[in-house]
Amino acid sequence: MTALAWLIPCALLLGLLGLAAFLWSLGSGQFEDLEGAAWRALRDDEQDHS
Amino acid sequence: MAQALTQTPLGSHGLADADAGDAARSVTTTLAVEGMHCGGCMRKVELALAAIPGVVSARANLSARRVIAVHRASGVNSVDLVDALQRAGFRAAELAEANADPAKAVDQVLLKRVGVAGFAAANIMLLSVSVWSGAAGDMSPSVQALFHWLSALIALPVVGYAGQPFFHSAAQALRAGRLNMDVPISLGVTLATAMSLYQTTRGSQQVYFDAAVTLLFFLLVGRFLDQHMRTRAAGAAANLLGLRGSMASVIQPDGTTLRLAAPALKPGMRVLTVAGERFAVDGRVVEGNGEVDASLITGETMPVSVGPGTPIYAGTVNLSGSLVTEATATDQNTLLAEIGRLMAAAEQARGRYVRLADQAARFYAPAVHVLGLVTFVGWLATGHGWEAALTAAIAVLIITCPCALALAVPAVQVAATSRLFAKGVLVKAPDGLERLAEIDTVVFDKTGTLTLGEPSLAADQHVSNDVLARAASFAAASRHPYARAVVRAAERAGLAVQPAANVREVAGFGLERIGPDGPERLGSATWCGAEPVRAEAAAVCYRAGQNRPVVLAFEDRLRPDAVAVVASLRQAGFQIELLSGDRTAVVEAAAAQAGIDRWMAGAAPAAKIARLDKLKADGRKVLMVGDGLNDAPALAAAHASLSPASAADISQTAADAIVQGSRLAPVLETLGVARAARRMALQNFAIAIGYNVVFVPLAMAGLVTPLLAAVAMSASSIAVTTNAIRLRSMRLELAS
Repeated sequence: MTALAWLIPCALLLGLLGLAAFLWSLGSGQFEDLEGAAWRALRDDEQDHS
Repeated sequence: MAQALTQTPLGSHGLADADAGDAARSVTTTLAVEGMHCGGCMRKVELALAAIPGVVSARANLSARRVIAVHRASGVNSVDLVDALQRAGFRAAELAEANADPAKAVDQVLLKRVGVAGFAAANIMLLSVSVWSGAAGDMSPSVQALFHWLSALIALPVVGYAGQPFFHSAAQALRAGRLNMDVPISLGVTLATAMSLYQTTRGSQQVYFDAAVTLLFFLLVGRFLDQHMRTRAAGAAANLLGLRGSMASVIQPDGTTLRLAAPALKPGMRVLTVAGERFAVDGRVVEGNGEVDASLITGETMPVSVGPGTPIYAGTVNLSGSLVTEATATDQNTLLAEIGRLMAAAEQARGRYVRLADQAARFYAPAVHVLGLVTFVGWLATGHGWEAALTAAIAVLIITCPCALALAVPAVQVAATSRLFAKGVLVKAPDGLERLAEIDTVVFDKTGTLTLGEPSLAADQHVSNDVLARAASFAAASRHPYARAVVRAAERAGLAVQPAANVREVAGFGLERIGPDGPERLGSATWCGAEPVRAEAAAVCYRAGQNRPVVLAFEDRLRPDAVAVVASLRQAGFQIELLSGDRTAVVEAAAAQAGIDRWMAGAAPAAKIARLDKLKADGRKVLMVGDGLNDAPALAAAHASLSPASAADISQTAADAIVQGSRLAPVLETLGVARAARRMALQNFAIAIGYNVVFVPLAMAGLVTPLLAAVAMSASSIAVTTNAIRLRSMRLELAS
């Protein structure tokens, strides 16, 4: 029974972590161009323009 | 991969904040780019912009066909960016309002809600599955209660946050005294959550948090995809308009000219428009005489003579010489103002269209509540306590909560819209497809819709190849639409066109050069010393030395597949009409060629609306296909409307969907897909109702467990979605 006491918070925390990562990536515009991102992954000479 | 991750994606605002010190001098410009289709093009676009001194960064968005450039406010402007892309082989244009796109913001918020609901659904399901499997085994009641409380802890805030779009829409409908699909959804979700909370406090097994949250998740996914598809279509339509939106040369007080984008023009500015250029802004001629092609505004293919004082409309083409106009604001007596008034009236008269899902909700919502009440009364009457009766009644409401029913339409819409998107048809109106499915009459405009809207050499005249080749080599020096038509005709005849040297363009008359056998001229008939052969036709004359002048007459040809499309529509049982603002002779000829027997010529915007009203009074559902400014009120008044991508801005905005390309065939595809979408939506309703027929009696008998509810709901949602996806690859035959 004590296993539940830390397993459940762990499960929820991991879930929340995933949610937070999703919300962050959404907010930083990573979902704005899925088609382009697919091509960018194939580039081997990507340079940082910014 | 690691490198790709280190690059900060540029949101439209993110960078300005990061760069706070430099923010005042750094600006973000969004450009629409035509022809960017693959990773290679994307790279070329980014490199071309990054190479400009003063550009801080450039990031292309391949899905939106746009590029966002951050550059210094001084030294670089959008014209430099457009020019750089032009040199790299891409046509581009600045999009002024792209950064504050409200539709995109709605998209983002919906996606956030999807994410939150998805997180909650997964975690609650994890807890629920433990309870379900533990209930048969050795799970103690206290652990069950703990799991239920944990579920409640997750579900309550999530339902409150993720359910908002449904609650708002339901509240809006109820306030207006209507019922829509969101009313039973909101009711079902709220009741399921409230009852589950109550049952949790009592330590009961009847807990439906998982069903409520999973339902929200599925519905939000459907809603997001639907919204996203439409945002994408609207974005593509905005790109089209932006790319067409013209630049104008403004004459400064000191006599120099400055290139400005059309939206930056202010009343009082003097604008120089050269031959072949489109007027960017409404105005009045102050200097110069010439001819204007106003076909996009009036549907009239014959050029109009203009001189100082004549009003000019944006979208018309200057045919000869340079004209200086003074930009004016729209005043109350112009054609534009009249069109504005007619459009407002037409939109009001169209009224509110009741969507398929809302029609279904009108029958469904009362039926559900009656069933719930019957269950409650039935359980009381058979001697059970009020608590048991209420539990059974709420179980009925949860089971009937229209998961499949509410997904039935959006799933089909997404499949249909994306199929049409791939074929170059941009569906913008949310209820556009449903209205298109009901069409039984198609009304075409002539100029620019049934025809190409550009002059080409008339087919019924005999011009020798020798004359044509010489005229074309002459014409290659000019941007005049007629000169271009001559060159095109020569190229189509297989002649090699070599641009002649020493050609002089005489504003308002034509082209001239001193050739080996005397002066050669290509231009107006009187200038070449010829009598106009056809009084009512657009034509130019060619004369070499003392030879007899040759008249080259032009016509506005039908689109290549117009005849076939009209024939297919007729075969499918549509009534077809042609309404045009052009002259009788031309309209009659075009109608005969296209095989349309009902036509009307010289129709002013008001006359077109009157004809549509007449058709409506006869009970016909009319599809208007038109492009001109004069068609805009008719597009707004018709039951549904389509507009080619070459159409006037107002017409594109008024139309439900935009057809790209030079062919008319997408009209057939659109009607076919719209009808198929309606059929599939009805099939989906049948699936949803079938599910209810099986499970509602079980719920009324009190036999539904939370596990059964979760399985049944997910299964029915997946069934309707799978059915809808078939539409993407279905072979369609347009038949009545």
